[in-house]
Amino acid sequence: MVKKILYQGAEAEICLSTYMGRSVVKKRRISKAYRIKAIDAQLIASRTKEEAKLIAESRIHGVAVPLLYDVDLVGGVITMEYLAGDRVKDILNSLDESERKRICVKIGEGIARLHNHDIIHGDITTSNMIFLHDRIHFIDFGLGCKNIEIEAKGVDLHVLMEAFESTHSKYASCFRYVVEGYSKVYQGDASLVLKKIDEIVRRGRYR
Amino acid sequence: MICLGIEGTAHSIGVGLVRDIKKSCQVLSNCIKTYQPEHGGIHPREAANHHAAYIADLIETSVKKANMDFAAIDLIAFSQGPGLGPCLRTAATAARALALSLDKPLIGVNHCVAHLEIGRGTVRGCTDPVLLYVSGANTQVIAFAEGKYRVFGETLDVGIGNCLDKFGRGVGLDFPCGPKIEELAKKGTCYLPLPYSIKGMDIAFSGLLTAAENILQRGEKLEDVCYSLQETTFAMLTEVTERAMAHTEKKEVLLGGGVASNKRLREMVQMMARDRGAAFFVPSKDLCVDNGAMIAWLGFLMYDSGLRMSIDESIINQRFRTDMVEVTWRG
Repeated sequence: MVKKILYQGAEAEICLSTYMGRSVVKKRRISKAYRIKAIDAQLIASRTKEEAKLIAESRIHGVAVPLLYDVDLVGGVITMEYLAGDRVKDILNSLDESERKRICVKIGEGIARLHNHDIIHGDITTSNMIFLHDRIHFIDFGLGCKNIEIEAKGVDLHVLMEAFESTHSKYASCFRYVVEGYSKVYQGDASLVLKKIDEIVRRGRYR
Repeated sequence: MICLGIEGTAHSIGVGLVRDIKKSCQVLSNCIKTYQPEHGGIHPREAANHHAAYIADLIETSVKKANMDFAAIDLIAFSQGPGLGPCLRTAATAARALALSLDKPLIGVNHCVAHLEIGRGTVRGCTDPVLLYVSGANTQVIAFAEGKYRVFGETLDVGIGNCLDKFGRGVGLDFPCGPKIEELAKKGTCYLPLPYSIKGMDIAFSGLLTAAENILQRGEKLEDVCYSLQETTFAMLTEVTERAMAHTEKKEVLLGGGVASNKRLREMVQMMARDRGAAFFVPSKDLCVDNGAMIAWLGFLMYDSGLRMSIDESIINQRFRTDMVEVTWRG
């Protein structure tokens, strides 16, 4: 079978492939020579498993994620639906303000839906969202987990806030729009999560 | 142009002289004196007293070593932050006094940015790196994006050096503990699992530190715990650096800070770079640790780009973040 590498990430390679006649992507976590075998094998197995579990669960709760077809824990491969959309990172800076706002509100709503069910994504950046059919699809749950604590939800949003600051710094209002969408859909007390973000920022060095 | 730089953010006081040759940095001299606490970690006041005691001699020595005359110096730079208040104030006071007495311009620089710029200035081929800056207080992954040096990842609690020091102090090692832990780790054979804590491109060490202390109390061999501590924390550091490289699509990695002296960390970052077809750079050891030459070099770059600083503006800033610096010297 022809293997076409779509994207070479930091920890995995994403290949276009076919599975039972469908066009799919295979995400294969790569073994890293720099870390010892014990750490390497453990990280690959646990992240592959956790990612598959969280994608499946997110889908049940109405969050747009790729469909899962197969999981290989030993090889560290997840076979899933190919989403032929745009990475939010690539389109966000070129949109006009009202469209950017609409997208950011959607991002916030999606995160709130995850958090309503205590799903922590773990790496919410604009590289890990695909815009397709007017929906924000979340991918790459490899650093994710289930956690009921407000701290975990705060850290999750803080990662996105930092991503906006470093990658979309000219559009400072982005995160505010995300918060707007989040507050609308989050079923708990969103103000507690937002307060937590402030606390996390202040906890950082030189704040 | 010849610039004299004074570094004094933490345990080291350093004075260095640099000259620019076709946009690259020639280090003329680089003298460092490091405060060694009798026990425990750095006491800010004691460190500042140490710096005050040595700074005048160090300036003389550094100028002499450079084969220069005070009259040849064009600019005085100093570390304006981030760091320990008393230490920063001591270095800044010396810099102001020197600038006023020589009637030369004064410029304050960001210590973290200086670590990156000295790599670009002195290491051939290093032009647009992702910097993994690892020292006692600082652990940051820094890269140039959208007009600033931005922090893509950083520690959410303590610096890696501080984490190693805290562990070392608990088992009776002298400050700085990193080199001693490195030696012990070489004799370790058994990996004991420790928590691996990455949030996006940020990392946290505190839980891992507690876990390492706990497994030691459980009776595991110190060598094995040191080995596990290094392998886990360094794998985390290497991973977030690689994530930042993938995210920013940069093909160079630069190491900096005192912990960059650790051979195992160097090896891991180098392997990561090799496997992703990127270039790996590390400045010479005296330019990796806190030093005056890097302060001088960043001072030159800033001055050369047209920046000027009045005495009033030279007040120190303990919380001077990397991303607060407007980068006027890069297109």
